[in-house]
Amino acid sequence: MAQSQRVQVLGTAAGALAVVALGAGLYLGLVVAPPDFQMGELQRIMYVHFPSWIAVALTYFAAFVASILYLVKRQDRFDYWAQAGAEIGVVFNITGLITGSLWGRPTWGVYWTWDPRLTTTAIMLVTFAGYLVLRGFMEDPDTRARVAALVATIGFLNVPIVYFSVKWWRTLHQPQSSPSTVDSDMVRPLRIMMVAFVLLATYLMTRRVALAEAEGTAEREALQMGAANG
Amino acid sequence: MTEWRRVWAIVWKDTLTERRTKAAFNAMAFFAGLVLLIFAFAIGPDIPVTGPAGQGLMAYISPGLLWIAILLTGVLALGRSFQMELENGALEGLRLYPGDRRAIGAGKIIANLIFLAAMEVLVVPIGGVLYSIDLWSKLPQLGGVLFLATLGFAAVGTFYAALTANMRAREVMLPLLLFPVMVPVVLAAVKATFLILNGDLMGELSTWIRLLVVFDVVFVTVCTLAFGFVIEE
Repeated sequence: MAQSQRVQVLGTAAGALAVVALGAGLYLGLVVAPPDFQMGELQRIMYVHFPSWIAVALTYFAAFVASILYLVKRQDRFDYWAQAGAEIGVVFNITGLITGSLWGRPTWGVYWTWDPRLTTTAIMLVTFAGYLVLRGFMEDPDTRARVAALVATIGFLNVPIVYFSVKWWRTLHQPQSSPSTVDSDMVRPLRIMMVAFVLLATYLMTRRVALAEAEGTAEREALQMGAANG
Repeated sequence: MTEWRRVWAIVWKDTLTERRTKAAFNAMAFFAGLVLLIFAFAIGPDIPVTGPAGQGLMAYISPGLLWIAILLTGVLALGRSFQMELENGALEGLRLYPGDRRAIGAGKIIANLIFLAAMEVLVVPIGGVLYSIDLWSKLPQLGGVLFLATLGFAAVGTFYAALTANMRAREVMLPLLLFPVMVPVVLAAVKATFLILNGDLMGELSTWIRLLVVFDVVFVTVCTLAFGFVIEE
């Protein structure tokens, strides 16, 4: 129990730092940083868009690692982390897709295009949304944890294969900018926002784990009561 | 060596059951034919759009239509392969046999590969006739692509069918989990089929074949090795 409390304390610290970093990053990004030469004010969406994908990478990877650990060690806490990672990941995945669409419409002229990164992230969303739906349909906690861990593992392994298949299929996304070609007034808020989103995702995951822990304990107790009475 | 005999016993059991009941095959064959017909009604066979080789619209988009038909039909057959085992506690019986449980997974994958191949042997020529595709001279290459794509489909499909077999709403869950993973296979199979039928001017075919091979190696390995986790308890 002490360990999970320490995790929650770290989560609270991450949350507090996230608020500070979000404030600083948004101020620098929306007020101090100059508008882009070509895209103008529109470019500022990047300060939310790109950090979202960093958070997606962090949370889905956490879900993948936790799933493997669950299959090996069979401890409920890894299942809680896998669930938290997938759920928070889906939230940031949707954020990333929406901000990307809003940016794409004036820039490319379309909300959606079948570009490798767009398509891969959409497939990722469907994969992990399917994972969450699956969890909802299963009652026995042990079976659910085992089946969900297998689904998350296969889904995560598939991401690079999807990426390369769609990349060969077609390509349009603008290549990532490197910090050396971007004005430092723009790089600074972007870096701060990346840190802020990592902290925010960490905070949200620890809170989701706490909730999953409470739910899991209640579920086990109910099952034991049922077994004792039945 | 004994493991292979176990795998073979599972394949034999499944094909024998299927040969005697013909339950899955009859349903699949009619469903696949129906899907191919529905495409013609939905898209319209007389639309005068012609592809680069002067073929009609249906023939031009036929690789995509064929693979959608195979995917939709295949998911039905895959779903059945473990439901069958739930009757009369057959899966319990399988679990009680000595030896590595991965042999059960490998056997099921091979059995499903055989069923899906049998369905394709029927669906592809029917598609060829209905959409007037000139595929008779290209059958060997097409057979290769069909085999590679179906192997990946059978491996992941068998794995997910086993995971969802005793779930509520399994009819929805199996395609919901399986189709996102199938994206690379569908892309590569449709592209490769298109290139075989319409000519491969840029030499792209080998890229798609390689993608199918990579997918097969990764997922046949993972799905077989992890199969012990699937049917435990």
